[in-house]
Amino acid sequence: MNIVVLVKQVPDTYSERKLSDADSTLDRDSADAVLDEINEKAVEQALQIKEAGEGEVTVVCVGPDRATDAIRKALSMGADKAVHVCDDALHGSDVLATAKVIAAAIGKGDAPDLVLAGNEATDGGGGAIPAILSELLGLPQLTHAREVSIEGQTVKATRETDEGLTYLEANLPAIVSVAEKINEPRYPSFKGIMAAKKKPVDTFTVADLGVDAGEVGLGNAWSAVTEAAPKPPRAAGQKAEDEGDGGTKIAEYLVTQKLI
Amino acid sequence: MPAVSQEDFQPIQELVHEFIRDRVVPREQEIADADAIPEELRRQAAEMGLFGYAIPQEWGGLGLDLTQDVELAMELGYTTLALRSMFGTNNGIAGQVLVGFGTDEQKSEWLERIASGAVVASFALTEPGAGSNPAGLRTTAVLDGGDWVIDGQKRFITNAPIADLFIVFARTRPADESGTGIAVFLVPADTPGVEVAAKDRKMGQEGAWTADVTFTGVRIPAASLIGGDEEAGYRAAMTSLARGRVHIAALAVGTAQRALDESVAYAASATQGGTPIGDFQLVQAMLADQQTGVLAGRALVRETARNYVSGADRRIGPSSAKLYCTEMVGNVADLAVQVHGGTGYMRDVPVERIYRDVRLLRLYEGTSEIQRLIIGGGLVRRARR
Repeated sequence: MNIVVLVKQVPDTYSERKLSDADSTLDRDSADAVLDEINEKAVEQALQIKEAGEGEVTVVCVGPDRATDAIRKALSMGADKAVHVCDDALHGSDVLATAKVIAAAIGKGDAPDLVLAGNEATDGGGGAIPAILSELLGLPQLTHAREVSIEGQTVKATRETDEGLTYLEANLPAIVSVAEKINEPRYPSFKGIMAAKKKPVDTFTVADLGVDAGEVGLGNAWSAVTEAAPKPPRAAGQKAEDEGDGGTKIAEYLVTQKLI
Repeated sequence: MPAVSQEDFQPIQELVHEFIRDRVVPREQEIADADAIPEELRRQAAEMGLFGYAIPQEWGGLGLDLTQDVELAMELGYTTLALRSMFGTNNGIAGQVLVGFGTDEQKSEWLERIASGAVVASFALTEPGAGSNPAGLRTTAVLDGGDWVIDGQKRFITNAPIADLFIVFARTRPADESGTGIAVFLVPADTPGVEVAAKDRKMGQEGAWTADVTFTGVRIPAASLIGGDEEAGYRAAMTSLARGRVHIAALAVGTAQRALDESVAYAASATQGGTPIGDFQLVQAMLADQQTGVLAGRALVRETARNYVSGADRRIGPSSAKLYCTEMVGNVADLAVQVHGGTGYMRDVPVERIYRDVRLLRLYEGTSEIQRLIIGGGLVRRARR
């Protein structure tokens, strides 16, 4: 089983995140960079699938030089090798360009049986890469998976929504994006950290991948981020004292909100 | 050359930092209430390799040297000391006796399982009449038909209730001109005649267990004598303890840093009469004394570890570092309670736990008084030479 996991380095959610004044792209210097937690979960899922049978786990990452730290983290968890697409021309690329580059990077290796991704990154939050990639690679996609299992040539996934659970399946090869509840990612072991240094990382530029430079970067993006602002702090709730009529008060409130 | 390069060590230290801050600190209250480390944390610690970071790589560990060991200890000291205690004897006083003095057969039988955490090793030296000074040891080992038979009682033995293996110090003969007569043995916990009493009720360090261990006619094969040398015990104890003292000093620095951080956070937010207490100069003075102690202790620990690794000083430095840092953390914890005022006296406030936890650091692995004797006596002996 040849498993590809998409990983992304993002600003730590605990640090203050902002956009650069110059071009409204992510200000990478303003925050600590970490492997996105949802990607850790995707890597964990890949490793579990590998450990249950056999196979190889390749992480694919598009990002600047320092994204090697995120790649190293995935390798120290137990992934076997990595592909890093690193090119200044990619700065400010939109989801379409990024997906094209990822598709080309995946194409550099053996055809995958399974592509795993997080459902959305904690920085941009576009959540579109798995879907676009599915189109570009011509593979079925199972998104927002809470559970994933492989049975022969079939991948099964459980998707949780507010309405309930949806049970999905597709033939391999397929793309699966995982959601928060999928698993608890393992800690790398000390030995895993030391072994990671020796694992192969292939680095490509946009040109290496045969992607037209006119299709990537901020200047060629189909969408633009114009501004970002922090979420307003949550307003204080409304308190109702229960003087024997608590239930009525709650019902009245729900009526004013048109909820009942 | 250390077995783990500085480049490799950095992400290892970062991982431990993250594990302590993200996984253990939020569960401190749970550990204190249950008087136990949650199984999940134990498993994660074992999977990471925390049970064997100081065991050499050829025996399945990571082989960190003492300069690296102390950096991890400073991370580990930041949270409840019970976590460190869980794997402290494997890496430290118990494991290092085997590493330094075991035969190859003994090492290959035990060390890999110690490094993985499959076996918990416990250091059984202290007795009712022999604590910081092992010369008063009364547990005996007698050769009988090719076996050793051990009789005696050990006290305050860390990890005894969960131990799989005891590293037992016993006397094969009275001390005389030829030596101390103290040997050290490998005694599996399930050997008939080994009895572990109920765990001790302690002042602090909930989640770390100690107990009395009694050896009654415990028969073990001749090959259980560590190093095959009846004289190895005293030197093994002293060597293992000296290394451990630098580790304990580092642990104290980590806890002092935590007490300082708790104090600063409290001083910055708590108010009296509408004024943040951190604006009061007398509170600032306490923070300043805490900070100075932490910085001095950290520098001392790092320097002592370097000198230990280079071989320049393996006796006076370790005792000085343990003496200074464990007394320092006592003061820092005391000030932390003071900064918190009445709040600091309440259960479930981190500094209240720290205040109780660190009291032990001045007692075990050689009291402050013993450290002073080692330092003072060592200096005078050196001058007379």
